[in-house]
Amino acid sequence: MPAVSKGDGMRGLAVFISDIRNCKSKEAEIKRINKELANIRSKFKGDKALDGYSKKKYVCKLLFIFLLGHDIDFGHMEAVNLLSSNKYTEKQIGYLFISVLVNSNSDLIRLINNAIKNDLSSRNPTFMNLALHCIANVGSREMAEAFAAEVPRILVAGDTMDSVKQSAALCLLRLNRTSPDLVPMGEWTARVVHLLNDQHLGVVTAATSLITTLAQKNPDDFKTSVSLAVARLSRIVTSASTDLQDYTYYFVAAPWLSVKLLRLLQCYPPPEDAAIRGRLTECLETILNKAQEPPKSKKVQHSNAKNAVLFEAISLIIHHDSEPTLLVRACNQLGQFLQHRETNLRYLALESMCTLASSEFSHEAVKTHIETVINALKTERDVSVRQRAVDLLYAMCDRSNAKQIVAEMLSYLETADYSIREEIVLKVAILAEKYAVDYTWYVDTILNLIRIAGDYVSEEVWYRVIQIVINRDDVQGYAAKTVFEALQAPACHENLVKVGGYILGEFGNLIAGDPRSSPLIQFNLLHSKFHLCSVPTRALLLSAYIKFINLFPEVKGTIQEVLRSDSQLRNADVELQQRAVEYLRLSCIASTDILATVLEEMPPFPERESSILAKLKKKKGPGTVPDPEDNRKERCANINGATNHSSTTANAKASAPSFIGDLLAPVLPPINRPRPVSSLSLLPTPLTPLSLQAYAMPLSPSAGSHFQVSSPASDLLSLGSASTLNSTPPSAPKASASLLVDVFSDNSPTAPIGAPAVVVADENFSRFVCKNNGVLFENQLLQIGLKSEYRQNLGRMYVFYGNKTSTQFHNFTASVVCQDGLNSQLNVHAKPADPMVEGGAQLQQTLNIECLSDFVEAPVLNIQFRYGGILQNISVKLPVTLNKFFQPTEMGSQDFFQRWKQLGAPQQEVQKIFKAMYSMDSEVTKAKIIGFGVALLDGVDPNPSNFVGAGVIHTKTSQVGCLIRLEPNAQAQMYRLTLRTSRDTVSQRLCDLLSDQF
Amino acid sequence: ARACRSDSRREDFSRTPMMQFMLLFSRQGKLRLQKWYVPLSDKEKKKITRELVQTVLARKPKMCSFLEWRDLKIVYKRYASLYFCCAIEDQDNELITLEIIHRYVELLDKYFGSVCELDIIFNFEKAYFILDEFLLGGEAQETSKKNVLKAIEQADLLQEVCCSLPSSLGGVARCHERQDVSTARSSQTE
Repeated sequence: MPAVSKGDGMRGLAVFISDIRNCKSKEAEIKRINKELANIRSKFKGDKALDGYSKKKYVCKLLFIFLLGHDIDFGHMEAVNLLSSNKYTEKQIGYLFISVLVNSNSDLIRLINNAIKNDLSSRNPTFMNLALHCIANVGSREMAEAFAAEVPRILVAGDTMDSVKQSAALCLLRLNRTSPDLVPMGEWTARVVHLLNDQHLGVVTAATSLITTLAQKNPDDFKTSVSLAVARLSRIVTSASTDLQDYTYYFVAAPWLSVKLLRLLQCYPPPEDAAIRGRLTECLETILNKAQEPPKSKKVQHSNAKNAVLFEAISLIIHHDSEPTLLVRACNQLGQFLQHRETNLRYLALESMCTLASSEFSHEAVKTHIETVINALKTERDVSVRQRAVDLLYAMCDRSNAKQIVAEMLSYLETADYSIREEIVLKVAILAEKYAVDYTWYVDTILNLIRIAGDYVSEEVWYRVIQIVINRDDVQGYAAKTVFEALQAPACHENLVKVGGYILGEFGNLIAGDPRSSPLIQFNLLHSKFHLCSVPTRALLLSAYIKFINLFPEVKGTIQEVLRSDSQLRNADVELQQRAVEYLRLSCIASTDILATVLEEMPPFPERESSILAKLKKKKGPGTVPDPEDNRKERCANINGATNHSSTTANAKASAPSFIGDLLAPVLPPINRPRPVSSLSLLPTPLTPLSLQAYAMPLSPSAGSHFQVSSPASDLLSLGSASTLNSTPPSAPKASASLLVDVFSDNSPTAPIGAPAVVVADENFSRFVCKNNGVLFENQLLQIGLKSEYRQNLGRMYVFYGNKTSTQFHNFTASVVCQDGLNSQLNVHAKPADPMVEGGAQLQQTLNIECLSDFVEAPVLNIQFRYGGILQNISVKLPVTLNKFFQPTEMGSQDFFQRWKQLGAPQQEVQKIFKAMYSMDSEVTKAKIIGFGVALLDGVDPNPSNFVGAGVIHTKTSQVGCLIRLEPNAQAQMYRLTLRTSRDTVSQRLCDLLSDQF
Repeated sequence: ARACRSDSRREDFSRTPMMQFMLLFSRQGKLRLQKWYVPLSDKEKKKITRELVQTVLARKPKMCSFLEWRDLKIVYKRYASLYFCCAIEDQDNELITLEIIHRYVELLDKYFGSVCELDIIFNFEKAYFILDEFLLGGEAQETSKKNVLKAIEQADLLQEVCCSLPSSLGGVARCHERQDVSTARSSQTE
């Protein structure tokens, strides 16, 4: 082929381009362009009519100038004129200009549409294609209005040329994206689906994209595409590489089409028809097998195309999340890629594995690659690959490997790229909190974070560590000791000073008994940092000082002197000055009782979603940060200490001076001192909300307004010479004022996002037996996600209604019905839901559940709403099952068998033998049994491959003990499940529920 | 990250994967071709281009061809003096996009005969026409090399009837920067 300027060389254009390229400076270029613009303008305005060629040339020059980045404000009319030229070349340039420089000038649009209309009806395929390309490129609403009816007709007309069909399909796709409301579904939709059978692979390729888009919005209308897509895919993957001629790309059969078909199948759950499902599984297996074959070419294109199909197949496998064998195979395949020499493959493998980590079937398999991933973190030279490794470590983290992963992330942090440090800090903070069994580890981890990457530790992170320390009294002494030690470092990060100031102000008394950390030493240590800190930190320190005055009367004089100094009392900063003045005054005039009251220890924070997780989500965009455990097995009780904060009221604390005793005792015997307590007993309960508010308020109102009331622990008063030791710690006017506001104020308590990922169509009931969160129901309009938690005979379920459309649902109601006798066994109270759900929005409803006695049936959730004027009715069975009210019971072997024998009556035992439905992986089985709610008892059954569990079902009227034994037989692929409980109905129901799960 | 893919799918029901835009730019950062498949203002387009050119040019040769950028994924590859750079959505397939780039390079190469940057500068309109035949609305329309070229050749035949000004200038200007953008010499991942 000739190298240059085929067809229509436009000499003038080439000269102009050369001139521009020869310009030595930007100024020269602009000068040349302005000259040209003036020239073109005069030509367009001139009296002499321009011939088509000149018009084309000038329009083309304008286009070039525009593409260089300059503004063009004329020439549109000439371009539109070109559209109606009967010379192809002129028409083509006209269309190109219009496509690139769309102008919503309505007059022009009408003219353009007219020209397009003419070309569409010209029956000349080349002209038709030009017109369709233009519609697809511009895709404006006006065009959608004009052609949304015409394009489908062209697409399905019997006599349309293949190439026109291709353009029409993608043109329609574009219109559907920009103005879905204008593209009418109709008789043509059924015929579009059959394009999947078309002889011409190009047509199939284009049509598949269209069908995928349409199927996402109207899955029911395009259901038939599933079997057709599977059939087509099957033909492609089994074809010989020459069969598809030019659609074979570097020995890979139709890679683009294969990817698109696999993508289309991801709009649907696994096919219900067993034959189709089998055929699809075969396809996926073939694709996985091909990955193992030796390459047919050394070209990177060959491996890229092959692996593109493979990765898409893996995405489909993950999407279905139903074939454990395929999932594990996918995981193994990705495992191989983790060490591949191609950076691209390593990157993608890390990325894909992240999703596998969240499937319960493959989570364990992913975990086996931990060493490789850690190694990638250390050795990869490309920061984006390292980033993927961090993501994967985060996704694969669970209680078993949390310490290792957190340690690795911390050590990586020391050398990590600045661009990703903040994110790693957040991730470490979240994992440390989530998987902390031992909160001393948590405190160490966070202090390490501050030490290593203090600049990247956002407020949320250090707020959080304070929240947790305040809420968990078992870690307060340790925290005080640790921050005290950390502050000894000659240079420490300001964030550490903040944490240190806060914690010593609250809990300094817990280490004050040790002469090495006496009150004066603590104060001097903090104050040595004071002058290097910013104003907000100094403000916080001042509050710590006033708390010290309360905690440690012996340093009162020293601190008053500091407050009295000119640098405080006359500080240029008004906040610091005010604090100094008020604190000084408070310390002089207030009685110890009042001091103790004002400066009471902070009450526990109300529990809510971790502010850090909220931050990470915000950073990464909504929906992109899965709570690592969401769809996994953990029955977490421990997120950020939710468990015990209820017991740590201010009172409880004041009267429990021994709580850290055992922790630190061996080292420093009498370290802790009781905190001073006010003798005023105004109210028996601490006014939590009030004091929180006070805490967050700027100091300006007099300190008196921050009073917080604690009840007296009078017995303690005698302990420390009551007169002075009156110390409620530093609570009141905590300096940080505005700084801390954030902790209390909302940013977090948004809906606990996170209904899990799996998108499944109807009847997911049995998937919820062993887990509490997930998607319960989904159709084209609505998605219902659940999150639930149970304690004893009570439960709370959060139902999330996601409006998948872009329009509102009106008159939305959702109610729960307990049919037949169920209402005497189960109470479900649904809070009324908002009657309107905005397009794309999610509505949350809370259900409170109480189990009165054992039950079999499930309550039904009835949903009604109006969508586009049509009343929609949906009923879904709610997965409230008897096993949700289990409390696990740990017991030893002897105990277990003793009880087993006690429950020996024939009606108390139910046994079932059944075939395994899933792979017999013991880790998965364990997870399910734990998910079922019982304690998994190790070392009880003499045969280690058997599983034994125990728990108690709590109902309002009674408690039913329950013992479980599950015996797998791997050879026969069978299980035997035995349940013994004190009540036959319970045994039967639990057996039915559990035997469905394996 | 793919980790979050299923989640974002949930958030964003109406979006299907597709290419958002394609940019061709030189090692010097000069934009040679831009194709936008999503409506954006000129200002936004310029901002994106500037940012992205900077980001991609700063990357070292052996680095991987994918990067996260805003909420999109960038897939890029360098051929001689030109960078081809596509933005795709989170759920999209990176490797197949890489091969979209390659197929486009093959098409240009076949059409121009050992294509080089200058061909694309002087015949930018052709580069756009070829792209339109191959990709439409951000999706592959016709992946057969033969079929795409056939369509372009037919168009060329149609237009040659009227104006037969042979261009010699293009050839003159080609003396420098004459470096093949052709298939074999891609400087990456080979």
